[in-house]
Amino acid sequence: MREVAVLGVGMVRFGELWDRSLRDLFTEAALAAIADAGVDHVDSLYVGCMSSGLFNGQEHLGVLMADSLGVSSIPATRVESACASGGVAVRQGFMEVAAGFSEIVLVGGVEKMTDLSTPEATYALSAAADQEWEAFHGVTFPGLYALIARAHMERYGTTRRQLAAVAVKNHANGAKNPHAQFRRPISIEAVLNSQMVADPLRVLDCSPISDGAAAAVLGSVELARKLGRHPVVKVTGSGQATDTMALHDRRNITELAAVASAGQRAYAMAGRRPGEIDFAEVHDCFTIAEICIIEALGFVEQGRGGPATEAGETALQGRIPINPSGGLKAKGHPVGATGVAQLHEAVLQLRGKAGERQVPNARIGLIQNMGGSGGSCVVHILETE
Amino acid sequence: MVGIVGYGASLPRYRIRVEEIARAWGADALAFRQGLMLEEKAVAGPDEDTVTFAVESARRALARAGIRPEDIGAVYVGSESHPYAVKPSGTIVAEAIGVTPFVHTASFEFACKAGTEAIFVAAGLVESGRIRYGLAVGADTSQGAPGDPLEYATAAGGAAFIMGREGLVATLDAECSFMTDTPDFWRRAHERYPSHGGRFTGDPAYFRHTIGAARALLAKTGLRPADIRYAVFHQPNGKFPRRAGELLGFTEEQLAPGLLSPWIGNAYSASSPLGLCAALDVARPGERILLVSYGSGAGSDAFLFTVTERISTVRAAAPLVRDLLTAGREYLDYTTYARFRGKIQKGA
Amino acid sequence: MMKPASVWRVLAQRYRHEAAQCTSCDKILFPPRRVCPHCRGTAFRKVRLCDRGRIITYTIQHVSAPAFADQTPFAVGIIETDDGVRLMAQIVDFPPEKLRTGERVRLAFRRIQADGDSGVIAYGHKAVPE
Repeated sequence: MREVAVLGVGMVRFGELWDRSLRDLFTEAALAAIADAGVDHVDSLYVGCMSSGLFNGQEHLGVLMADSLGVSSIPATRVESACASGGVAVRQGFMEVAAGFSEIVLVGGVEKMTDLSTPEATYALSAAADQEWEAFHGVTFPGLYALIARAHMERYGTTRRQLAAVAVKNHANGAKNPHAQFRRPISIEAVLNSQMVADPLRVLDCSPISDGAAAAVLGSVELARKLGRHPVVKVTGSGQATDTMALHDRRNITELAAVASAGQRAYAMAGRRPGEIDFAEVHDCFTIAEICIIEALGFVEQGRGGPATEAGETALQGRIPINPSGGLKAKGHPVGATGVAQLHEAVLQLRGKAGERQVPNARIGLIQNMGGSGGSCVVHILETE
Repeated sequence: MVGIVGYGASLPRYRIRVEEIARAWGADALAFRQGLMLEEKAVAGPDEDTVTFAVESARRALARAGIRPEDIGAVYVGSESHPYAVKPSGTIVAEAIGVTPFVHTASFEFACKAGTEAIFVAAGLVESGRIRYGLAVGADTSQGAPGDPLEYATAAGGAAFIMGREGLVATLDAECSFMTDTPDFWRRAHERYPSHGGRFTGDPAYFRHTIGAARALLAKTGLRPADIRYAVFHQPNGKFPRRAGELLGFTEEQLAPGLLSPWIGNAYSASSPLGLCAALDVARPGERILLVSYGSGAGSDAFLFTVTERISTVRAAAPLVRDLLTAGREYLDYTTYARFRGKIQKGA
Repeated sequence: MMKPASVWRVLAQRYRHEAAQCTSCDKILFPPRRVCPHCRGTAFRKVRLCDRGRIITYTIQHVSAPAFADQTPFAVGIIETDDGVRLMAQIVDFPPEKLRTGERVRLAFRRIQADGDSGVIAYGHKAVPE
């Protein structure tokens, strides 16, 4: 296995992008990544997308995106793992380069959600849950995370204000990110007073419905050096894991076991410990998710995610900055694009190009992407050479 | 001897007061309360229907019967609000209690007496030896047009009886059906709400058939009202059953346990069957119960039961009607009632 | 999905809570599966779940998918039956102040959803106060 580097990244600012279609979004992000990488061709591509079938009536995305990019003939593969589709696409590309199958692989993620009404989108998203045994009863995604939230609050004493603190921090970071859907700070009160979605989660505890795409070009570290990339950003760890599909089948509903497993596998490959990570982009689809994730990744003690966030430990200037990009909450969450957008942010941070939201001395970053109510998870660790 | 092996009742927890319905329409609440002798009625929740009441009451009847579901040879459900116009409610009930596939099923309709039709037929099949046990259910989530006098009474509930020859809680001693073509109350196909003949629904309809069936049954058995402990009549309101009892020579006290309508309204196919359950809840071994149903269109089925020793041992196996009358009771305002009953719908 | 075949396939589970008990490790699986996730066994005996249990956790949905739009707000949560099996169900008939983690429930037969006014009706169970 050879070492893999990220040669280039690109993304479209997330939002309600009425004028751009599914293929427009992917192509725009892909072209930006290819230009950033300074390559003149790609050998294969992976596109992560949760549900173009339900959102857009469109499948066969590998073909569609290769065609749109004008590179028909290369192998092109659609990857699906609900909200972890983008991250898993990254891993597939990583493995293809690491194994020596291809020299230059384009990985991208895209989702075009806003053509559907909110109730229709809610139904499409619920396909990430167990259709017969969860969604059948009327539970939605916010509902599943609300169940986790209540259980976490009752077990560890996590408070509504601590959940709100996650959203406030991420909006503060998003305000500094030109690619974020939402660029205004919000207050704790605004979160606590926003409309109830699934008790105890309110609108401002939930990531939005968004359109968007992100892409990256992967190649060997050797190629990165040859192309004069500086610094060379290496993918040193990759871990993927699954947990049970249905939330009620989980061993412990307050712990995201797939996150812990994927994290452990990535740390092991990279030879790193949680304490060595300078920043992390994690999957805050809901405020409670970020709290559970930072516990599962070993950044804080189990059960202490709420107090740690409230105390500012995960702020941009904190001990372990989480979601400097604004996270899913403020940056937006076009489902399949998210995992690749996390990679985009990590690369900017490691290059020292994150502007106002730069984490000082960022040398080792971690990105974590998750599907459904925690059924799938993929973690990557990136470092500058 | 054929009779009842197990019985069970089911009621929704929601109620709406006559006063609240009158308030919605600017009508005279006192006039309706006194005229109909009704205080409030039982309202089905949005997730309840004839089938759910049928299943819950059937499960309770099974608990009291103490038999294997597989030994039930027929499942009959009588209602005027079957959820499907084509697809019998009985298939769902049979599947839910685990008696499929070797079972006969049919849906019955005869306005408010569809439940006792099921009893009549199930008892006949047991008697002929064709089946060992038969499940007969009356259940409804009836509906009256907004602002129509019917709206004060149309209610919901279910009652189930397992008929058989073994382990009886009450023997079925005699029955009599009295039926004519009388257009007092009907609903044409595809109409949402029924129509009725106003005062024509009284003497030529309810009373002629109820009294006709009861008198014939008494004559057949040679019994007088004093020989019978409890009389249960179909209860479209609180007034009609009391008057029927009076005309036949029964006392208020004989009617009391089985007279539920002032508190639940008219549960249509479950109306007199629920009254029978309430009487079975209190009757002592050796006491007789007269049940007279009435279905518009029109007809009455009259049955005479004698309670056995076994009833005392199985009563507690399922909730009593008097507990269902009050347990978890929640009163609705008219708007919530209209929403629950589909009279107003989001976006429609 | 409210297609007739997909609703029919799971009637035994929805109507009667038919579950599978692994003959190797005795764990009860609901719904039944082909492989026991605990011991990888592939032989099972048919059992029915107890209809009593308690609330493990719950939420109140104010926003829902289209099929449930006229039911909001409604409570839904994870129930653990007295035989130790967990499942998801709506929780109904609880006065708001009584709805709490740990409350005892009974599983009652109710209408879960219908495919519009002309499609199939799906029945199942909801948790009500015991």
